[in-house]
Amino acid sequence: MADTDQTGLVLDHLRLLRGPEEMLRVDARIPPGEVLTLMGPSGSGKSTLLAAITGTLPRAFRSHGRIALNSTPLDGLPPEARRTGILFQDPLLFPHLSVGGNLAFGLDPAVKGRAARRARIDAALSEIGLEGHASRDPETLSGGQKARVALMRVLLSKPRALLLDEPFSRLDAALRDQVRRLVFDRAKAEGLPVLLVTHDAADAEAAGGPVISLEG
Amino acid sequence: MTLLRLAPILTLAVMLGPVIAGLGGTLLPAIGIMPVLGSAEPGLGPVRDLLAWPGLPRAAGLSLFTGLASTALALTLTMLICAGWQGTRAFSWLERVLSPLLSVPHAAAAFGLAFLIAPSGWIARLIAPVAGWERPPDLLILQDPMGLSLIAGLVVKEMPFLLLMSLAALPALRPAETLVTARSLGHSRTGGWLRTVFPRLYPQLRLPLYAVLAFSMSVVDVAMILGPSTPPTLSVQVLRWMNDPDLAMRLRAAAGAVLQLLLTLGALGMWRLGELLVARAGRAWIETGARGPRDGLLRGVALLAGAVSAGAVVLGLAMLAVWSVAGFWGFPALWPSSLTAQGWTRSGAALAGPAVQTALIAGVSVGTALLLVIACLEAEDHLGLRPGRRALWLLYLPLLVPQIAFLPGLQVLALISGMDGTLGAVIAAHVVFVLPYVFLSLSDPWRRRDPRHARIARALGASPSRVFWRVSLPMMLRPVLTATAVGTAVSVGLFLPTLLLGAGRVPTLTTEAVALASGGSRRVVGVTALAQTAAAFLPFALALAIPALAWRNRKGMQHG
Repeated sequence: MADTDQTGLVLDHLRLLRGPEEMLRVDARIPPGEVLTLMGPSGSGKSTLLAAITGTLPRAFRSHGRIALNSTPLDGLPPEARRTGILFQDPLLFPHLSVGGNLAFGLDPAVKGRAARRARIDAALSEIGLEGHASRDPETLSGGQKARVALMRVLLSKPRALLLDEPFSRLDAALRDQVRRLVFDRAKAEGLPVLLVTHDAADAEAAGGPVISLEG
Repeated sequence: MTLLRLAPILTLAVMLGPVIAGLGGTLLPAIGIMPVLGSAEPGLGPVRDLLAWPGLPRAAGLSLFTGLASTALALTLTMLICAGWQGTRAFSWLERVLSPLLSVPHAAAAFGLAFLIAPSGWIARLIAPVAGWERPPDLLILQDPMGLSLIAGLVVKEMPFLLLMSLAALPALRPAETLVTARSLGHSRTGGWLRTVFPRLYPQLRLPLYAVLAFSMSVVDVAMILGPSTPPTLSVQVLRWMNDPDLAMRLRAAAGAVLQLLLTLGALGMWRLGELLVARAGRAWIETGARGPRDGLLRGVALLAGAVSAGAVVLGLAMLAVWSVAGFWGFPALWPSSLTAQGWTRSGAALAGPAVQTALIAGVSVGTALLLVIACLEAEDHLGLRPGRRALWLLYLPLLVPQIAFLPGLQVLALISGMDGTLGAVIAAHVVFVLPYVFLSLSDPWRRRDPRHARIARALGASPSRVFWRVSLPMMLRPVLTATAVGTAVSVGLFLPTLLLGAGRVPTLTTEAVALASGGSRRVVGVTALAQTAAAFLPFALALAIPALAWRNRKGMQHG
């Protein structure tokens, strides 16, 4: 890479292998506040790449190259120390916790004191138009509401990068635009580098950043 | 992490160590080596002594016959019920009564059945007015020399188990779709199921069936209650020799235990041969393309068999309950002429001690098993292990080796090490049997979890232990409680391990109940067997109630 700026998420000559077979090769830097889109059919290794970044690569795979976030190498760090927030197709709210409990699970432990944490969660809920929903059962929320809670849960954990694994594909068309806008706006506002993997060209278009297409 | 790495090895050691050590401890005395008795020279004395016992052919034949007949009957009826009724409302009703039926301890079910079919039981009392009986008919129904009532007792308990195993394996085979195809080709429901679903289901039932066969051939408590007594089945006779005041009889007992092991291996071999023959005949039958007759009658018979089998257990328990509070109850009255709480106040008080022991043994052994099983399942996740068929065989091993074949040897080892008669020895023996069931019950739901919940939690900054305690374990609350209930029911029902390792000095509800098999008063039997049933049933009720309460406001947790 020519530029020497190392802020944001750096995937330096990253190669993913399943056994001896190479699945995918990426060399990119995503500056803070920008979105890089990886387009490719299922089976092209997009989701596996995200697992390599979060540090949860399944045993059958190996990665070569270097992953760094704001100049800190991530290789060898346990997943919980990487602070790479991830959103999947499904909101995956913890079904045994309340809406507020889900947010509290994510909320940065640096926010101390029961009252302060409670206040932070209530404020976060108002930001996504769900004030007063802290004690609700997540299963009683609508699809769009769940998606917003999932986003807020990630943001409250103070991530340094945001990884999106086709997070809009399960939403219906009307909702998809709205949630997409919210996610990208929030990521930009917080200055997060965003890596989006998708097979939907509309996602790539809405993201507005560079697009890398993968072979199947 | 290093601890997790050790979990599978530790689990195997705890589960199989006693089986292997016990088999060794049985084999050596069988060839005359038992230093405790001053016998150190290997020889065929014990074997010759065993062969000289005149009851041997009959006892061994009874074991073989009752084991094979009950297993074949239970399998046939279970498959006919599945074939004729799967996907219907009657079937889902049967599914609902399954867990309670499964939780009834073998001994209690056997006592209930005995009370029902005895010459003075409810059935005889119902027939009495028609037949003109004024006293219980002089028929040898219970403990009949052919072992027929023993077979009945085994069938009513094994059918729910085989049904449960079938239900667990069936969804993956997509039977509904196969059946629609078969029926559109002109097959009846039963005929189509037997031709298209059964051949794929059977391989999954093989291990449970082998366990049922090994268990039925060598069961002690049910055979003491329902089986013939002169001579009894081989395993019961081995236990009699074990308990003989003449310690030299231990050598003959060991030889008998080894014979029981060989008999079981032989029966498993015969069963395997039968599988091959049935498979060949079945293929030929399918390929004839014969559509067979309508299956109305067969379906009726299957449903009746299922209802009679479930009804026998339920009515048996009801009869135990009535006897436990019966005052005077003359023949052929259907109901006692007076009721009294005396049975409960007198024997109930005496049962407090054994009840506490039962709870203690079950609590510690199930707790140990849960700890090991969860550690193994977590190790699978974290270390990427993929246990295959061989691991499943290891898991079933304690259920395939007859209890009477290795527990006597284990008792000898416990005796030598001064552990016999201690609570610790009894608990260690219980873990051997509780572990496989806890593992079988918990592994499927645990492996079916969505791994993305854990990934999200880690990405949110949670350490592995926080993920385990805050995400994995709470989300697995229901399966963990179910596994606890299954394990508790197994532990509560265990007779031989408790008796032998406890050296008769660790009384539980089950040993107390079985001790009443020969000539206990009906009232005391009723109270004891009901207490035993309650101890096994209570955890199942809690496993239903606790998640319902904990997740009353969590729709996402109310299924699965």
